[in-house]
Amino acid sequence: MFLSDSDIDAIILTLKLASTVTFILLLLCTPLAYWLARTQSWLKAPVSALVAMPLILPPTVIGFYLLIAMGPNGPIGELSQSLGIGLLPFSFWGLVLGSLFYSLPFVVQPIQNAIEAIGTKPIEAAATLHSTPLSTFIYIVLPLAKPGFLSAAVLGFAHTVGEFGIVLMIGGNIPKETKVVSIQIYDNVEALNYTGAHTLSAVMLIFSLLVLLSLYTLQQQSKSAIFSVGR
Amino acid sequence: MSNTNLNIKQTLTRLNQNKLPSFSLAVDIQLPSQGITAVLGESGCGKTTLLRCIAGLEKDVRGHVIVNSEIWQNDDFYLPAHQRKTGFVFQDAQLFSHMTVKQNLAFAVKRSHTKVDNIYYTDVITTLGIAHLERRDSINLSGGERQRVAIARALLIRPQLLLMDEPLASLDAARKREILPYLLCIQRQFNIPIVYVSHSTDEITKIASHVLIMEQGKVVRNAPINEVFSVNNLPLNYAHETSSIVDAKIISRHQQWHLLEVSANGFSLFIEDTGQAIGDELRLRIHASDVSVALKEEQSNSIINKLAAVIRKIDIDDNKASLIIKADVTGSDSSLVAKVTRKSINDLKLKEQMTVWLQIKSVAILT
Repeated sequence: MFLSDSDIDAIILTLKLASTVTFILLLLCTPLAYWLARTQSWLKAPVSALVAMPLILPPTVIGFYLLIAMGPNGPIGELSQSLGIGLLPFSFWGLVLGSLFYSLPFVVQPIQNAIEAIGTKPIEAAATLHSTPLSTFIYIVLPLAKPGFLSAAVLGFAHTVGEFGIVLMIGGNIPKETKVVSIQIYDNVEALNYTGAHTLSAVMLIFSLLVLLSLYTLQQQSKSAIFSVGR
Repeated sequence: MSNTNLNIKQTLTRLNQNKLPSFSLAVDIQLPSQGITAVLGESGCGKTTLLRCIAGLEKDVRGHVIVNSEIWQNDDFYLPAHQRKTGFVFQDAQLFSHMTVKQNLAFAVKRSHTKVDNIYYTDVITTLGIAHLERRDSINLSGGERQRVAIARALLIRPQLLLMDEPLASLDAARKREILPYLLCIQRQFNIPIVYVSHSTDEITKIASHVLIMEQGKVVRNAPINEVFSVNNLPLNYAHETSSIVDAKIISRHQQWHLLEVSANGFSLFIEDTGQAIGDELRLRIHASDVSVALKEEQSNSIINKLAAVIRKIDIDDNKASLIIKADVTGSDSSLVAKVTRKSINDLKLKEQMTVWLQIKSVAILT
């Protein structure tokens, strides 16, 4: 059971995609999750629903709409062309964009839950100590919500590694550009190369198990950390 | 400290789930900006909300907050909480659980508007007796320790006004006795006005110099400590607290009888000798129900404290069995209150301006 060169290319590409997506999502989701955790606006319900959509939509649906949107006549396509980037479908950055939508809820929700668990009290206490909202966010909210951020990063990363439907719709099958591990396994099976499929599948199996194991260990620790706030 | 006031007018209405008013606060008061002002009231009366309004923690409130002629809020201006020069001590301390005691204190020092030098820092942590706790994690402290660290942290931002929301409520009786002296001590040592919210009359009579009593979002009494309970129209919940609070000084010790003689504003009383030194200042409380009225100086009873006084005011209420009589002690600026049955007032023909003898059955030593 050895990995072929194209297997290794697929693994490297997958890791690159997942890291890029996780990084961007953490940046985007932190303000979004903070807003969702604190707001009392009527917009909270519709925004939460939109964020959660990828949880229930078949990835092919998201992929289909993104394909159209990123196409020459779609809004994203027109934007990317006018910016001189060209068209995004069947490119690495097209995959990144698709994965951002696909993995969004897995990053927003743990952060939002962690910030909600902090409650308003430590934030008020910081305000009475002359801490500006930004300083309170950096020195109080971030450290107290750390377990939530770790869960979000692990989940976002793992979920991007595991995606298939969207990649198939908007990424296609270009080695070193869009051919991620899940596609490589599919290709191997299509080509009746069961040995190759076995090897990569075993890698994915062990990876998933390790991810979930680290996640649940993390959650066990975070419970004591989150609920001891202010005691 | 200047003798300008805290000028506070705040109105706030909270709605319940059906959009009906569930609580409303309507307060318009002037408070002294020195000493300890206690806000007394039952749970739900709005005393904590009032404190949060002063601190800038309540957003939907209208009115004004003016502290030492500095405007913190008026009709078109709202200074956010982090820019108000208040220290706030929460009921449950609210130390930051991810920081050590020292880091909690440093958080405040770093953000103080006035520079905190080493002398002040050391002064605060020694006054509160927490120097030995600095290295500890804030989650591994006892209730009393936690509250002392919280008080120190609030003092370290060098506030103009210290707000305390029932800082003793979550502590047992022994811890309360441990912390109360610190409060008096920090008020004197750092000369900082304190607004202190509590539901406990015991607590506030020991430390307050001025008292607000609140009921259902309104201030029903606003007076100095010596006057606040010596009226006939206290809110129903506090009617049993009707009493005179006097500050006195020990002038002599009668070792033979185990008694101390104290002088309070022109009259003297005997109290039980509890070991204080001559010259010490005490705060005494004489409940109206422990004072009876006689027409002449009675020699034939066991009461030791008898004072001549002129009746200033007799409460009139035909629906009560007992009434409150307020009488000015002869030769003194003080007046005491006595609770007397309406029948006795009638039988003795007690009238305002009459000279009588007040017989004091018991005197409580508050501090």
